[in-house]
Amino acid sequence: MTYLSNRTVSKLQEAVDLPDLGGTRYTLVRHIARGGMGAVYLVEDTHLGRQVAMKVLDTTIESDELSARLRKEAQIVATLEHPGIVPLHDVGVLPDGRLYYTMKYVQGKQLDEYVTTEMSIAERLRVFQKICEAVAFAHSKHIIHRDLKPQNVMVGSFGEVLVMDWGVAKHLHDTTSASAPISGASSGTSTTLHGTVIGTPAYMSPEQQRGEANTADERSDVFSLGAILNFLLSGLRKSNPKIHKSIEAVCLKALSLNTDERYGSVTALSADITRFLDGEPVSAYKESLMERTDRWVGKNRFLVFLILAYLLMRILLLVASGR
Amino acid sequence: MQDDTFIGGQRGYFPATHYSAIIAVSSEDLTIRTRAYEYIINAYWKPVYKYVRVKWGKSNEDAKDLTQAFFAKVMEKEFFTSYDPAKSRFRTFLRVCLDRFLANEDKAASRIKRGGDAQVISLDFESADGELLHASVPSDSSVEEYFDKEWVRHMFSIAVARLKSHFESTGKPVCFQLFELYHLADDAESSTLSYDQLAIQFGVSVSNVTNYLSSARREFRKIVLEELRNVTATEHEFREEARELLGIEPP
Repeated sequence: MTYLSNRTVSKLQEAVDLPDLGGTRYTLVRHIARGGMGAVYLVEDTHLGRQVAMKVLDTTIESDELSARLRKEAQIVATLEHPGIVPLHDVGVLPDGRLYYTMKYVQGKQLDEYVTTEMSIAERLRVFQKICEAVAFAHSKHIIHRDLKPQNVMVGSFGEVLVMDWGVAKHLHDTTSASAPISGASSGTSTTLHGTVIGTPAYMSPEQQRGEANTADERSDVFSLGAILNFLLSGLRKSNPKIHKSIEAVCLKALSLNTDERYGSVTALSADITRFLDGEPVSAYKESLMERTDRWVGKNRFLVFLILAYLLMRILLLVASGR
Repeated sequence: MQDDTFIGGQRGYFPATHYSAIIAVSSEDLTIRTRAYEYIINAYWKPVYKYVRVKWGKSNEDAKDLTQAFFAKVMEKEFFTSYDPAKSRFRTFLRVCLDRFLANEDKAASRIKRGGDAQVISLDFESADGELLHASVPSDSSVEEYFDKEWVRHMFSIAVARLKSHFESTGKPVCFQLFELYHLADDAESSTLSYDQLAIQFGVSVSNVTNYLSSARREFRKIVLEELRNVTATEHEFREEARELLGIEPP
């Protein structure tokens, strides 16, 4: 046996992790990033002569049937055409058995890097609404994302918001999407492509965490969006602990452990955000009379100013006429 | 680079996948049980020896004795049959067993008849001792990490030896030679080698270099995963170790 230096061990770790692109149309350009479920590489598509992003999942696929299902599902996801969605180009299995998919290479900042302490709540919520719009569009096509998190949202240099990584998305009405495992089929591992433990724990709905294949639906994405909203608000809580109760309630409703207590759709969640931004009452929070008055005053400052000015003038006139 | 003796005998008798020596140590069949112990010893003796030297500050001779004695005791008392994969990784379990064993040995302060007269296996301690010269001694806080690191190094060494043997037996030594130069060489010159330079050096086309290296990496990855599967008890543990060994964080 040969003694391997620390440097050689590191090189070998990198070597075994590199995607084996032999027999595919892609050549490796460089490693971009690593996430919870796999690594992303910049690759050259030799057929079309363009660079694309390739995500290689940390899992293997062991049956032709499952591979075919995966391709079919990817074809469905690839039909999503929306300015806020980065669709898949291609999906397949590497010679080493690992699953990959390619998508447009987007340059920008991940949401978690984009958000700064200076951003106001309104700015944060407008970004959040754009995420909701993209996800709601996918839901209108019966596709759920299943791995929504700040790292899967990119914000471009012109403020455009793009939801990435639709590789583990699921078509809700595709009857062939049984919960068949990607890997370790014989040992019953919990990682599956079509409905069990897919996602990132901190942003994953409880039903996904429990591996309940058939219960994940649009409301699972609502939960993940609630977690993203919570992330956006948490930055504010540090500088301003007094976040309005109604937006906290929106967040909590989206994050409800019980699916029936969550928003029934992303559209409903987004509508509450719009109401909050417009100074209207949100469906998730029942205001007291005091709070309603406070909100009304806050929304109608100019009118309140005019009324107060008018009343003050009348009082002054009364006082003057009484003399 | 140093060469040492390949220990543990031929391991071709183990099925390539879905075999776990950790489970096989509980087999009622003595032959299977003995082979399983041999396999585990082969995978762990070097990190154990280095750990004894570094953490417990033992001399070369004492560390040799203690390593032999530890594995002899493990086999005699069948320590590994009490391993519960739900509680920890096997690697951690083994290290805890080792620490306890060494603490007891220190208390007894006697080296007489350590491990009985059983000579477990022929271990090439000289090379292991030589390797200590290459590595820096860790601080107290990172000594457990040191054990893990040495285990990774040893697992990769085993995999490299198997890779070499694989390509020699299949008549494709050039695949290993390319892999060796591109991924194993530690000098600055080799680190900057391009595929074009390798193609000229080996008298093959650049696309062949790409294919050969790709094939070698694929085979190496396969071997590493096989080795890992053999020394882990459950699918969960296997996956966790694979992620750690391959530098991948668990999802």
